[in-house]
Amino acid sequence: MNNTVLPPLRDLEPEVQQEIDECVERWSDQEGNLIMILHEIQNHHGYVPREASLLLAEKTGVPLARIYEVLTFYHYFRLVPQGKHQITVCNGTACYLKGSARLLSELENRLEIKEGETTDDRLFHLETVRCIGCCGMAPAVVVDGTTVGKVATTDIAGIIEKIHIQEETNE
Amino acid sequence: MAAKCQIPIRRVGSYGYAFADPLVEVKTAGAPTILYGLVDEEAAAAIVYQHVGQGKLLDGHIIGSRQRGKTIDGPVTAILVRDSSRDEGDKTEFFKESIHAELTEHGLADTVQVVSALDLGIYDEGLTVQLLPSGVTYTNVLSRDITRLVTESVQKQEVLDHLLYSSPDLQERIVLRNCGIIDPESLDDALRHDSYKGFVRALTEQSPEQVIDTVKTSGLRGRGGAGFPTGVKWELTRKPEADRKFVICNADEGDPGAFMDRSVLEGDPHAVLEGLMLAAFAIGACKGYFYIRAEYPLAVKRIQKAIDQTRERGLLGENILGSGWSFDAAIRLGAGAFVCGEETALIASIEGRRGSPEPRPPYPSVQGLWGKPTSINNVETLAAVPWIVAKGGEAYARFGTEKSKGTKVFAVTGKVLNAQLVEVPMGTSVRDIIFGICGGAQDAVPIKGVQTGGPSGGIIPEPYLDTPITYENLSELGSIMGSGGMLVMNENDCMVDVAAFYLKFCVDESCGKCAPCRAGGYQMLQLLQKIAKGRGEPGDLDLIRRICKAMQCASLCGLGQTAPNPVLSSLRFFEDEFLAYIEGGTSYARKLKKARAEGRNLKDVV
Ligand SMILES: Cc1cc2nc3c(=O)[nH]c(=O)nc-3n(C[C@H](O)[C@H](O)[C@H](O)COP(=O)(O)O)c2cc1C
Ligand code: FES
Repeated sequence: MNNTVLPPLRDLEPEVQQEIDECVERWSDQEGNLIMILHEIQNHHGYVPREASLLLAEKTGVPLARIYEVLTFYHYFRLVPQGKHQITVCNGTACYLKGSARLLSELENRLEIKEGETTDDRLFHLETVRCIGCCGMAPAVVVDGTTVGKVATTDIAGIIEKIHIQEETNE
Repeated sequence: MAAKCQIPIRRVGSYGYAFADPLVEVKTAGAPTILYGLVDEEAAAAIVYQHVGQGKLLDGHIIGSRQRGKTIDGPVTAILVRDSSRDEGDKTEFFKESIHAELTEHGLADTVQVVSALDLGIYDEGLTVQLLPSGVTYTNVLSRDITRLVTESVQKQEVLDHLLYSSPDLQERIVLRNCGIIDPESLDDALRHDSYKGFVRALTEQSPEQVIDTVKTSGLRGRGGAGFPTGVKWELTRKPEADRKFVICNADEGDPGAFMDRSVLEGDPHAVLEGLMLAAFAIGACKGYFYIRAEYPLAVKRIQKAIDQTRERGLLGENILGSGWSFDAAIRLGAGAFVCGEETALIASIEGRRGSPEPRPPYPSVQGLWGKPTSINNVETLAAVPWIVAKGGEAYARFGTEKSKGTKVFAVTGKVLNAQLVEVPMGTSVRDIIFGICGGAQDAVPIKGVQTGGPSGGIIPEPYLDTPITYENLSELGSIMGSGGMLVMNENDCMVDVAAFYLKFCVDESCGKCAPCRAGGYQMLQLLQKIAKGRGEPGDLDLIRRICKAMQCASLCGLGQTAPNPVLSSLRFFEDEFLAYIEGGTSYARKLKKARAEGRNLKDVV
C-alpha cells in the first residue's frame, strides 16, 4: 500500500463536495468521529480519495497529516481506487491450514497480478484478509462481498469466468 | 397459492453448526422440529415440496435432534440412519435399505419413513439410528438388531435398552441460549424469549451494587482473553468519581480462526446489548460503544437494529422506563487492525486516532475513553450477563471448576470433521470437545495438537488433550484460553511453518511503537523463515528463545508480550521438527514443501 502511486489531484465534483459536507455535518456532534467519517467516504467511493481528505481537513480542522496517519495505520482503508470486482482471499489461520496459499497463487497466476494489485483493465482487484469469521467454511474467498466457502483450487477458474460472463452480458 | 401465506418463514441467527451452513429448520405442529444442513437452492426447493408439502423428510440433509429421548410414547413416524464409525466406510445406505425391507415386511413402509442423516452429533458409535418423534437413539446397531428394531420399537413402542444411547449432552448453552432460535432482527421475538427481563428487574428492583454482587457471585471472568473477573472490573470502574463514565463492548475479534463473537452478535444481538446495558447500569455509565470490525457487516447491521429498536421502545435513551436513568449506545467500526482489540489501542481508535497502545496503569477503569473511567468487556462476557442477572450468580457458578466458573464458547476449526461453535462448562477436556462434539479428525489423518488462543496462544499436543480446560491448566501448558479459538492440526501440519505463520501475523500487526515487538518480532521471523528453508544453524533455537524472553518482558502491550507464545509452545513440544529442518538442510525443506503443496501425507515423505 505504501509504495503505490497516488493518482493526480482532481477537482471534486460539487455532488461529492456536498456529500462530504453532509457527512461531516451528520457526525459533527460526535466525539472521535474521524474514523467513522472515513468509513463513510470509503463506503461511497470504494477508497478514500486524496481530494476528499483535503476537503475533510479543511472542514473539520483536523490536520491532513493526522488524517493520513489514521488512513495508513488501518488496513481497511484504501488510498487508491480498486478494480471493479473484488476478490479477497482469507488468510486467517483456519483458511491457511486448509490451503488458502494455494488458492491465492492460483488467483495470482490466472489474473496475472500479485496480492494487493489490480488488473490493467481495472476489472479485478485481488487482496487478502485476516479471517472473516467464516472459519467453519475454510478456505474462504470473498467475491464482491459474497463469501464462498470450502473453495478448491479447481473452483478458481469458474469464479473468474463467471465475472467475465457477467461483464459481457452487461455490455 | 393461498397456502403459501399460511406458513411463516422466520430468519434466525447463526446456530453454530458451521460445518453444515446454511441451515433450515422446519417446525410442524405436533411433529418434531427438523433441522436441515447444507441447504442449497435445490435442497431448499425440495424441503418446501417434499417436507412442507407432503410431510416427507429429505434424505441426507437432516441434522438429527440433539435432544435424545428415553421413551417412545406414540407411533414412530421416521427413522434416521447414520454410520458414525470413523474408518469403516459408509454403511448408511445398506442399513437404510435393510430397515426399509424389514418395515415393508411388516406392512409399515408407508407409515414410517427411513432417511439418512447428515450428522447426528454422535461419533465413533457404529451405526446410529434415531427414531422420530421421540428422539430415542440407538448406537452400535448391527444387522441382526433390525428385526427387533422394527417389531419391538416401531410396532410395540418399546425401547431396546441394550442399544439405547443415553450419554449426556456435553454442551450447555448459556451464551448461545438464543442463537438459532430467535429472529435477531426482531425485538418482539427477543422479548418473547426473555430478553431484557434481567435488565428491567435490575433497573426497577436492584441497586447497581446488587448487580455487581450477582456477577461477582457468578465467578464470571472476562472471555476476551485475560480472564479478569468481570464483577471486580465493574466495581473498579464504579468507584472513581467522574462526570461521565463509559462502557465498551469489544467486538473486534481480531483472532484469526475464531468466530464466536461474530456468531453471537449476528445470532443474538439483544443479549449483547442487554449485557452492555447491565454493565452501564452497574458502573453508572452514560454511554456505551460497540467496537465492531468493519469486516463483519451483518453483525454491524444487526447491532444497529437492536439499538434502534430498543431506543424506540424506551429501553435505551433518556430516562429509561421512567427510572430517571439515561443511557445510550452507538457503534464504532474497527478498520482491520488486530492491535485495536487491546484495550488502550481500542480506546485510541474510538477517539478517532491510530490504534497505538499506551502503557498501563492507569487502567481504563480509572482513566479510559476521553480520560474517563471505562469498562471494556468482550462480546461473550456481556452476552452471559443477562442470563446471570436473571437466574442468579449461583446458578452460573454451578457450572465449571473452582477457579474457572460457568461455560465457555469455543470455535473449533481446522482439520476437524465438523467445524462448529460449542459451548461447554469449564473443565471439559479438549478431547471431549474435539472428539465427542466435533467428531474428531478430518480425513482420518491423526491429530497432532490443538492450538488455542490464536496468535497469543499455544498448542496443546495430542497426549495432553485430556486436560480439563481452565484458565490455569492452559497457561500451565504454555497456552491460553484466549477468546476461544481452537484450531485442530493434524500430522500434515508442520509446526515450524505454523509458528512462523502466527509470528508473521503479529509482526504484520505490530503497531511499531516499541522496539522489542517491532524489531524482535521481525528478527525472530527471519530466523524462523531461515529454518523453514533448511538454512538454520544449531545456535538459532537458543537465539529464538532469547528474543522470545526479551519480547515477553519488555514489550509495551499484550500483542508483543504474547507474540512469542506460539513459537515457544511449538519449540517446547515439537523441538525435533525444528531440529529436523536444521539438520536436514535445504533438500529436506524442499521435499517437505513440495509434499505439502501437493497435499500429500508428510508421514510418507519423512
Ligand atoms: C493484541 C490484543 C488483541 C486483543 N483482541 C481482543 C479481541 O479481539 N476481542 C476481545 O474481546 N478482547 C481482545 N483482547 C483483550 C482485551 O484487551 C480485553 O482484555 C478484553 O476485551 C476485556 O474484556 P473481558 O474482561 O470481557 O475479557 C486483545 C488483547 C490484546 C493484547
Ligand atoms: S480463517 Fe478464514 S474465515 Fe477464519
